[in-house]
Amino acid sequence: MSLATTISTTKVVVVGNGMVGHQFIESLLASENTDQFEIHTFSEEPRLAYDRVHLSEYFVNRNADDLSLADPQSYATAGVKVYLHDRVESIDRGAKTVTSTKGLTVSYDKLVLATGSYPFVPPITGNDRQNCFVYRTIEDLEDITQAATSGAKKGVVIGGGLLGLEAAKALKDLGLETHVVEFAPRLMAVQVDDDGGALLKKKIEELGVSVHLSKATNCITDGEASIHKLEFADGTELETDLVLFSAGIRPQDALARDSELDVGPRGGIMINDHCQTSDKDVYAIGECALWQERIFGLVAPGYAMAKTAVAHLVGNEVPFSGADMSTKLKLMGVDVASIGDAHAATPGAQCYTYKNDPNGVYKKLVVSPDGKHVIGAVLVGDAEEYGTLLQYCLNSIALPASPESLILPSMGEDVGGLGVDALPETAQICSCHDVSKGDISASVKSGCCSVGDVKSDTKAGTGCGGCVPLMTSVVNHELEALGVEVNRDICEHFPYTRQEIYHLIRVEGIKTFSEMLEKYGQGQGCEICKPAIGSILASCWNEYVLKDQHVGLQDTNDAYLGNIQKDGTYSVVPRVAGGEITPEKLIILGEVARDFNLYTKITGGQRVDLFGARLHQLPDIWRRLVAAGFETGQAYGKSVRTVKSCVGSTWCRYGVDDSVGLAIDIENRYKGVRAPHKIKFAVSGCTRECAEAQSKDFGVIATENGWNLYVCGNGGMKPRHGDLFATDLDRETLIQYIDRLMMFYIRTADRLQRTSVWMENMEGGLDYLREVIIDDSLGIVNELEKEMLLNIENYQCEWATTIEDPEKLKRFSHFINSPDSDENLVYVSERGQPRPATVDERAHLIAKAG
Amino acid sequence: MTWIKVCALDDIVPNSGVCAKINEQQVAVFREAESDQIYAIGNYDPFSDANVLSRGLMAQLDDQVTVASPMYKQHFNLQTGQCLEDETVSIPVYKTQVIDNMVVLEAK
Repeated sequence: MSLATTISTTKVVVVGNGMVGHQFIESLLASENTDQFEIHTFSEEPRLAYDRVHLSEYFVNRNADDLSLADPQSYATAGVKVYLHDRVESIDRGAKTVTSTKGLTVSYDKLVLATGSYPFVPPITGNDRQNCFVYRTIEDLEDITQAATSGAKKGVVIGGGLLGLEAAKALKDLGLETHVVEFAPRLMAVQVDDDGGALLKKKIEELGVSVHLSKATNCITDGEASIHKLEFADGTELETDLVLFSAGIRPQDALARDSELDVGPRGGIMINDHCQTSDKDVYAIGECALWQERIFGLVAPGYAMAKTAVAHLVGNEVPFSGADMSTKLKLMGVDVASIGDAHAATPGAQCYTYKNDPNGVYKKLVVSPDGKHVIGAVLVGDAEEYGTLLQYCLNSIALPASPESLILPSMGEDVGGLGVDALPETAQICSCHDVSKGDISASVKSGCCSVGDVKSDTKAGTGCGGCVPLMTSVVNHELEALGVEVNRDICEHFPYTRQEIYHLIRVEGIKTFSEMLEKYGQGQGCEICKPAIGSILASCWNEYVLKDQHVGLQDTNDAYLGNIQKDGTYSVVPRVAGGEITPEKLIILGEVARDFNLYTKITGGQRVDLFGARLHQLPDIWRRLVAAGFETGQAYGKSVRTVKSCVGSTWCRYGVDDSVGLAIDIENRYKGVRAPHKIKFAVSGCTRECAEAQSKDFGVIATENGWNLYVCGNGGMKPRHGDLFATDLDRETLIQYIDRLMMFYIRTADRLQRTSVWMENMEGGLDYLREVIIDDSLGIVNELEKEMLLNIENYQCEWATTIEDPEKLKRFSHFINSPDSDENLVYVSERGQPRPATVDERAHLIAKAG
Repeated sequence: MTWIKVCALDDIVPNSGVCAKINEQQVAVFREAESDQIYAIGNYDPFSDANVLSRGLMAQLDDQVTVASPMYKQHFNLQTGQCLEDETVSIPVYKTQVIDNMVVLEAK
């Protein structure tokens, strides 16, 4: 009889809900013994954990939710008690309690300090003047924005490190004349060497940011033309309206100091390999912690510490053993990466360097004294080899005979990027979430068959995203190793992928399924290849889909130009471009619905859907609609559907631009275009985003300076926020990009693959897509535009064509040899409208009639 | 056996189906491209409980000629009526001929 046993719980209080504190809680909740813990967490900030690594994106989206990592709902569901906007002021280690600013005292069994760091502000006179900021929290960013939009013209970032350059980009984007002032003689002094730093400086100056090196700021005083004047030790000066300090971070260890935990001589809460402080019931993790005299100012080591602490709490051992500080990032569009011993400080280290001034590329490979292993690297301007070099370095993989081949540009031959085979199981693929090759392999073995699946299963690739190309190779390699032949043939009738079929049809000008079958296929075709090829033919040539040679390829929806419903009737959806409709047209819709007794509902895409139309009624219904000026809404096709819009600046007091007008133009431009799957658009007239554009395949949002374009969003089964593709576009450029994007999607997606999944599986992701569409890296944008133009020129309303063709109309009757309709259709009335009878109702009604 | 004329061969677009009414029964009639072979099966789809099979796509799987239901995509063999996804399900088949370009079906 063990029913009466009480389970004793351990109360864990986490001080600080930043990225690492949150990761700790998530890991603890995911552990096997999660029900033995009662979790409390304090957040000094007014919100729960958010992604500080991508903080500068806040300037683009202005949406804190985009960055958020933790949400109150899931904390509540998991039983985590949250104290928001409240700071722990003191710890009573004897009584084992903490007390907060708001006066709360909470007891603990185990305490976790995840207090993070604070930005270091150099002790120079004038550092507290107005418009002097740091760059750490969303509130900081709001203050900076406020200053930039209330008259500041010039901005200076003090500090040319990684974060300083991020901050400089933000100031530039806010429209300020931007300067970076660095004490050291080069940018990113920790991560890159002199040559790399010089190239980085050149590139950043080309982008319009002035860089001042070897400058020690003495004081900040009143300026003449601007608000401030910076006076440097060398006697020079620089005027500015805004100063942003980004001179490094310091561990937030005040709380630990006050409670007499051991701290390092230069700050940081001292921890052992289990992340315990000098008090065994108090842990410290993340940037506030000092391990072997080192502070780790990156998120990945913080996550590793969280994992260590959780393991120790539940009685396991995953000792923290330091962390690799290699990093890769894109600074103002410039790729920069640094691995291991970037400065070749190891005695006897040897270097290979490659420098290409015209193309702006610098690469340095640092190898061990015996020349057998990579121990460091610097990459500027092109960081493609980062993944490979990092794996060489972390796993001490033996170098090839000519190590320089690893950084030299490929001369047409495959110089052998690192084969996935060469990586040990323990090789860390995703450093943000510490996912190894073995973890990915296990995930594939447990049934994950795509990069997207593995991402959701392991979290790999969902941090900074830098590892996605390598991760993709690992996934494919594992699939192949499992004997899952990664057969991408569309079906047994065509030994080609959809992309290959598209290419053949386009290049050879193939116009029919039978021609394609004769040249490249075998057998008769099936329900996979027929609609896929039907769709490609439509995307390429945009011929009428009910032509005799095409009709047998169409799924029932396209074949009858309606959406089939559960009882075999169809629904009718006329186009209402942008959701704008005149009262007269609305009345016509009502009259048609009433006269044909159709169930009527408003759709999510701002149209009206009429249900229950029988096959033989469709032509009569459409004759009425076409006569009244309606066109088919093509709701039945894998094609462009709707362009949803908010009412925009015409009526809305907040509207910034005419979203309805743009939505109508977009809808009319792309109506009828068929694609691998349906495509939805939306246009919002301001950042309040009432049209929900970020959940669409293509979303457009008005800004003060033009239009922001989001791509590859999705609602539905697997919601995905659209990625911001380009900002502040004029109308012409916006349309040009959408033309190219749509055709590139049509060209390269798999069958029935929505843009969201297409993006998830795209190697190189958003950056790659930008290169193709904006920089024309493949040299195809002119073709793409022409192909779209052909589609647009060949548009026809399929219903207008059909009702004029008696031969086509023959198919719109339930029986070929009788005017009767299907006796199986029985309706009952509900809330004043017809609906299909249930099985029981139907049996009852038919019996009564009999 | 009684045979009933249903329609002209050309009333059925190659590679597609129509529905015929014979003795109050609904029959789905398909025309294969090239061979002009005609197949006929019941129009009722037991999985969706709707009369819709004539509006499915003809699909060749291995050596079988089938139709994929437009509703939930189960395949039915056009020569035997057997459902490929569920061996316990089969639907009626009807004999067919083409005489003088007219499609003629067996009446059951």
